[in-house]
Amino acid sequence: MNFKASIQIMPLEALLDPQGKAVTGSMKNLGLSEISNVRIGKNIHLQVEAKDQKEAESKVESACKKLLCNEIMESYSFTVTPVA
Amino acid sequence: MKFGVVVFPGSNCDEDLVYTLQDILHQDVVKLWHKDTDLQKCDFVFLPGGFSYGDYLRSGAIARFSPIMDEVVKHANRGGYVMGICNGFQILCEAKLLPGALLHNTSRKFICKNVYLKPQSKLALPSQNLDFDKAYKIPIAHGEGNFYAPDEVLMEMDDNDQVMFRYCDVDGKITEESNPNGSIENIAGICNLQRNVFGMMPHPERAADFELENTDGREIFESILSLIKA
Repeated sequence: MNFKASIQIMPLEALLDPQGKAVTGSMKNLGLSEISNVRIGKNIHLQVEAKDQKEAESKVESACKKLLCNEIMESYSFTVTPVA
Repeated sequence: MKFGVVVFPGSNCDEDLVYTLQDILHQDVVKLWHKDTDLQKCDFVFLPGGFSYGDYLRSGAIARFSPIMDEVVKHANRGGYVMGICNGFQILCEAKLLPGALLHNTSRKFICKNVYLKPQSKLALPSQNLDFDKAYKIPIAHGEGNFYAPDEVLMEMDDNDQVMFRYCDVDGKITEESNPNGSIENIAGICNLQRNVFGMMPHPERAADFELENTDGREIFESILSLIKA
């Protein structure tokens, strides 16, 4: 079976995200001062072949841990859905 | 003592390192292609600066899986010497041969300029034989050089004298203003617990030739050479 995964990678909460901070600053200039704490991460889409949902999730988990995310500075979460 | 300089797609300081080791310091040097799986009996392997794999995903993240890296990891685990400069440092952190990670500079800007370094570790080959009262002028050129490690790792590194260099001002004072990229505790270079793997963001190979009127970087290589030959 084929599955698609959407993986979200975010800088750890404890770390300064200079990119997010700069964007937060420009929100004020736009007159959107109600918007705060912008944080910018990455979204990765991929396809994975597996016998079932559980196996697909385990493969995506492994890809995140080994390559896609550096857990010293980032965290990850993902959703896996079957491709019709 | 035979030196190897690994060439990844996107490395751009490999020639400078070979020139420094071979032409200036008269050492036996070979280049090692990233797809090779033979270290050609090198005793000391350098990972040079550059933009391996275009810095895709994270700096060093993809180069870490180049075929030669398995051999570099084995060499390091056997106690062999490995040193990464700039992108090489990022690759060594991604390969977990060195603790911590390198984040985007806090300014989000690519910074290319001379900075000053204060030697710290009296036990790591690159800093051991330096003058601990001197501020060494060495260039940096990076966008992701902001060293970070969690508190418990920093404490362990301090306890084991693993910090080789900290950013300082021209007088050798380690200040917030002299920190170019936001590195935690001004850290510019570190070594592993066993002191056979070294990494630093500044480029000593770009400050090794008399023609350039700054040879502070040469002293770092000379520190290594005098100690491994001793």
